[in-house]
Amino acid sequence: MASSSIFDIAGSGMNAQSLRLNLVASNISNANSVGSNETDVYKSRQPVFAAELQNVMNKQNATSKVNVLGVVESPAPPVMEFSPNHPMANKDGFIFKSNVNTVEEMANMMSASRSYQNNVEVLNTAKQMMLQTLKMGQ
Amino acid sequence: MAINFDTALGIEPKALAFREKRGEILAANLANADTPNYKARDMDFKSVLKQSIASGVAIERTHAGHIAPQQQVLGANVMYRNPSQASLDGNTVETHVEQAKYAENAVQYQASLQFINNKFSGLMAALRGQ
Repeated sequence: MASSSIFDIAGSGMNAQSLRLNLVASNISNANSVGSNETDVYKSRQPVFAAELQNVMNKQNATSKVNVLGVVESPAPPVMEFSPNHPMANKDGFIFKSNVNTVEEMANMMSASRSYQNNVEVLNTAKQMMLQTLKMGQ
Repeated sequence: MAINFDTALGIEPKALAFREKRGEILAANLANADTPNYKARDMDFKSVLKQSIASGVAIERTHAGHIAPQQQVLGANVMYRNPSQASLDGNTVETHVEQAKYAENAVQYQASLQFINNKFSGLMAALRGQ
């Protein structure tokens, strides 16, 4: 039955958005982590979404699920702070703070949770439609 | 005279199949609302209706170099949506538009279903003859 692919599509959307929410949680909880050099410190992580190409190219099927290509680390430089009394400070007295932008992450979180809710609504409506179809002719 | 479901139900089963397919496409649009370079798509009921009334008319490709017609679902083209505010990442999904279309499609699906159900209850009444 074709309607079941709505469940697949909305499911892939929810999957992608929940990964995004997970990364937001990871970023926000590590926002204040500190390192003693540029490479050791936590870097903001972002998911990369892409539509499933083989489905787009297929002439019979116009729909495409969401594919998560991977997770990338933000290339933005970490924040350097002069704090010679900090236990993690390097020999010049600097500590490196993670490059997570908390405000950006909060906006990201709201966007992800709204998109997730959208997919849930789509799923609920499709479920209702299918249940009504099962009752056809009664 | 035998009862033929095809003639008894008329266009409604086809309309239902169209609504189902359109629901699928709109669900894909909503799922890909945050996917860069994703282009929102939709189908036009009028063109599907036209195709199903005058079916069998298709563009003939007499040469291998001829460009194939666009993606066809139920004999109709799946079109790309013209966004009112395109976004920088190349995504043309506007969530509010897609939500409205999806809700509209769900109601129309239920309407088609209701028509079919009414036809069935009409047939049942005719069979009972009471």
